[in-house]
Amino acid sequence: MTPALPDPETLCAGLVRELKPHITADTALVGIHTGGVWLAERLHAALGIALPLGLLDISFYRDDFDKTGLHPQIKPTQIPFEVDGRHIVLVDDVLYTGRTVRGAMNELFDYGRPASISLAVLIDRGGRELPVAAQYVGARLEVPSGRMLVLDLDENGKLRLKLDA
Amino acid sequence: MRNPQLNDEGELRHLLTIEGLPREILTHILDTATSFVGVTAREVKKVPLLRGKSVFNLFFEPSTRTRTTFEIAAKRLSADVINLNIAVSSHTKGETLLDTVDNLSAMHADMFVVRHAQSGAPHLIASHVASHLHVINAGDGRHAHPTQGLLDLYTIRHYKKDFTRLSVAIVGDVLHSRVARSLIHALTLMGTPDLRVIGPMTLIPAGVDKLGVTVFHDLERGLRDVDVVVMLRLQSERMRGALLPSAQEFFKYYGLTQEKLALAKPDAIVMHPGPMNRGVEIDSAVADGSHAVILPQVTFGIAVRMAVMSILAGN
Repeated sequence: MTPALPDPETLCAGLVRELKPHITADTALVGIHTGGVWLAERLHAALGIALPLGLLDISFYRDDFDKTGLHPQIKPTQIPFEVDGRHIVLVDDVLYTGRTVRGAMNELFDYGRPASISLAVLIDRGGRELPVAAQYVGARLEVPSGRMLVLDLDENGKLRLKLDA
Repeated sequence: MRNPQLNDEGELRHLLTIEGLPREILTHILDTATSFVGVTAREVKKVPLLRGKSVFNLFFEPSTRTRTTFEIAAKRLSADVINLNIAVSSHTKGETLLDTVDNLSAMHADMFVVRHAQSGAPHLIASHVASHLHVINAGDGRHAHPTQGLLDLYTIRHYKKDFTRLSVAIVGDVLHSRVARSLIHALTLMGTPDLRVIGPMTLIPAGVDKLGVTVFHDLERGLRDVDVVVMLRLQSERMRGALLPSAQEFFKYYGLTQEKLALAKPDAIVMHPGPMNRGVEIDSAVADGSHAVILPQVTFGIAVRMAVMSILAGN
């Protein structure tokens, strides 16, 4: 059973509309590698956010390091603004167990004390293992557990969703 | 024969020498180190990766500097670090190397960082320990010092990007240098086309040309148009017999001065593994000059050691 996948470009436009009223001069976007960064780049441009975009690779903060080891490709985390006192919107492609978001929050706090952190995701697929919720959601989708739902770029640089076995 | 550093999946389990490692593993270490450079530059310089793990620094030969860099790297990964100066401990009471290791393993060590005057000691330990333990060679005899080789590699890549067009000169006491040996292997593996060693006949090991390097005994000829100059420390404490007339004489022929450095490319970088002997192998004007990247090497060294430790611990 493969659920019908929505068009991520449409969902992205929806997120822009949802986020727009909440953006202030102290709002900063932080994308989580890899899919979250693609999404955050779009949101950042569409929302005209003044603070530079932050990029987070949470590999050093994962809770399954003992099981899976270090990720083979780690991208540098870049937080090119002062975190203290900022309203940070974390951006990720798919919200599932909540463990990635936990890692991301831990990493952010090693940069400073934000005034608030909220979460924007393209897809909420349920299956939470931690008390984490997204404030901005593109779409909610039932995905059978054990299948991987990931965001991808097609050959024209357009976002697309992929369901892997 | 299987490389004793790799596990059945071909992943790095111990780091004993750069020799024989696939290029992808070196690149993976360097790429991971890039992310750790970012970590060490922020206010909270720690990540929780090795939380709950115990790293034992086993130093059978004194080296404050190398021990400290491993200690900092482990602490920034949130590991617990235990420093053992075995040169002045149980070793002198007659305990064998492997008994020492067994005792520490019984204390639930996760990783050993080993410095030993005897070449091959870290290999011996690696082949002896249980499968969940990891061993890093922090310098064994004249054999290898892989993390130093890797941090040199990292530094060169940071400033010069592409190894495949570089001329690199390694200058001085190559004979006693495990740094030189590790770096030659690493640079060859990365495809560096022009590798030179420069030094007096008595301090160049016989057969070094078999590693694919060109030997020069004249510093001025050897430095011509190089991109990278790696100065080695004159290891007077390892010298037995009269290999050299005097430090002054050495400086006259092989000390790096600004005048001699001018023969290299205008954007050449000067490296040194430290500790420096100013006025012996390197002139202060060069050591403190704009071509020197000796202090960045130290900073990168922490990140490279963090990368090695976290990759090993995860495999």
